[in-house]
Amino acid sequence: MEETEAEAEVESNRDNVEVAPALIAVHPEQTSVAVAVGPDLRVFDLLAGSAASLVDECGAPFHKDSIRAIRFGSRGKLFVSAGDDKTVKIWSTESWRCVCTVSSEKRVSAVAISEDGCHVCFADKFGVVWVVDVAGSHEHVALGDRKPTPLLSHYCSIIPSLEFSPDGRFILSADRDSKIRVTNFPKKPLNGAHEIQSFCLGHTEFVSCLAFVHARECPQGLLVSGSGDSTVRLWDISSGVLLDTCEVAAKAGLLESNGEAEEHGHAVTDLCTTISGLLIAVAIQSLQGLVLLSCDVSAQTLSVSKVVSIAGEAFVPTCLGFSPAEGKLWMVTGVSSLPACNYPPLSRVRVISAIDAEQEPVVLGDDEIPGGEKLLETLQGSASVDESAFLAAAEAVKTAMRNLLIKKQYPADNRESRKKTRNDRKLKM
Amino acid sequence: MPETEVKATISKSTGLPRKRFYRARAHSNPLSDSHFPVPISPSQFDYSLHYPQIFPSSDQADGSRKIQFADIGCGFGGLLISLSTLFPETLMIGMELRDKVTEYVKERILSLRVANPGQYQNVSVVRTNSMKYIPNYFEKAQLTKMFFLFPDPHFKEKNHRRRVISPFLLDEYAYVLKAELEADPVVKLLSSATEEGQKVARNGGQTFQAVFRRIVPSDQTS
Repeated sequence: MEETEAEAEVESNRDNVEVAPALIAVHPEQTSVAVAVGPDLRVFDLLAGSAASLVDECGAPFHKDSIRAIRFGSRGKLFVSAGDDKTVKIWSTESWRCVCTVSSEKRVSAVAISEDGCHVCFADKFGVVWVVDVAGSHEHVALGDRKPTPLLSHYCSIIPSLEFSPDGRFILSADRDSKIRVTNFPKKPLNGAHEIQSFCLGHTEFVSCLAFVHARECPQGLLVSGSGDSTVRLWDISSGVLLDTCEVAAKAGLLESNGEAEEHGHAVTDLCTTISGLLIAVAIQSLQGLVLLSCDVSAQTLSVSKVVSIAGEAFVPTCLGFSPAEGKLWMVTGVSSLPACNYPPLSRVRVISAIDAEQEPVVLGDDEIPGGEKLLETLQGSASVDESAFLAAAEAVKTAMRNLLIKKQYPADNRESRKKTRNDRKLKM
Repeated sequence: MPETEVKATISKSTGLPRKRFYRARAHSNPLSDSHFPVPISPSQFDYSLHYPQIFPSSDQADGSRKIQFADIGCGFGGLLISLSTLFPETLMIGMELRDKVTEYVKERILSLRVANPGQYQNVSVVRTNSMKYIPNYFEKAQLTKMFFLFPDPHFKEKNHRRRVISPFLLDEYAYVLKAELEADPVVKLLSSATEEGQKVARNGGQTFQAVFRRIVPSDQTS
């Protein structure tokens, strides 16, 4: 009886694992916004005021399975998308043509583009970070298929986040074993990155997101990281020293509602730094809205500045994007599919403006956002979205993240029955 | 009453634990998620638990003395025990994945400390997956020697990822090692003090040694 119950639980867990959260990325000059929901990549060109049509003649067209990571290069010339179909697609942002398709041996969990736009790095689910040389792609010449070479590896640990430091000297990889590795990015990355600068150790659960606070006094930036332990931490990457810890879930009041905090229920899902005012937007599981943190660069501390809630909607953001040009914070919530309810892939986009230490942030209405209704139609699939699906979507994403990133606790009682298939046990019988 | 039960696993004549009560399979899966405690960072590693005579309280382990030798996959502790008396001023630690074998080494060290007052205080063992958690135990350039006796070759392509020595793991070992070179009395011990080495000697086989040192990174102009 106990066995069948445990088996049933494993079965239902397996269904939820395949659900992927909706992602959003904003071009650094806000010329376009991209949303990925499941295998679908939707791009809206804000300059033209219409949906961008994507052209993909590179290898197998478009993605066949959920997209897990999207990103614009810091120079705005390249866009990368990668996911569960084991391919990484590199697009030119001017023509929205796919210039290169890279195949990976395993599913991809994170991507990053080097500051000079010459290399694209991606991390697979086994912990290996690969690098591809894409110099020359900005000439709009299709590069065809490229083979990636391994750069570095975290032993057997999923890497949910990959980042380059603002000065391009370091590549940072965060993993499921609570480690953040800071590695020197060499001049010839195809030979591998072997010099580890430091490890930023301090989180007690998986590290889900990384971002940099830009500071004039500190050209390499200060690192901010969010984790499943519901904290956001500030680090000095050259030494790996932990500068400050902010208990965001507690400060946002999430832990006070029930007597005991739900275990692993309040992981930080995404972080986004804003240029002006040094504010950091933090999205947390189960929080409808955002927490804004302010970073004091000289004192090297983090503190909660505001908690922003979205009036009228149960909006739990799954991904954040910031456009420095316009000073607007873009958020998306959504999921690739909800197996139980048979909903189509769902995504909802909202924008917050006036992200500043002095001003009050304003959640823009649907008609006030750049691109207006047309943008919402392109990126969401329809201009209005059924709100009742939001909470179910948030739950599905939360369960999927837990199954992926949190170590399973196997109950001790049926340990012997689980070992029945082992060869040395068979011989004894 | 509980005392006599514990002593049965410890030999009455020598006071040392008896191997047959601590036998375990030769392989333990390094890829699996285990739930043993891991220090959050090297500064959180409690030296007073492992070296009680040298660090009487947990406050005193601040920078003065740090572990310098690490035996990765120490097994039943043969090498560590010999190294302990050869380098009495050096702190050393063994890392082993199998819990029964780690228990054996712990008991062995405790019994030796009791039987030889003042000695064996500089050696200890910890149960951990060294392929995943070495950066949690050691700071940058902390170790002067690392011992890998003896890495399983894992010939099959599908098992290459289980190898203890791989190009990726070498980056981590280089991070925790200091770049130094000295003439070494340790090399002789590699074949005489370890259980594996002794087994090979018993069966009259040949031993081959591989010793490496960490190089200083040259300017990346090449």
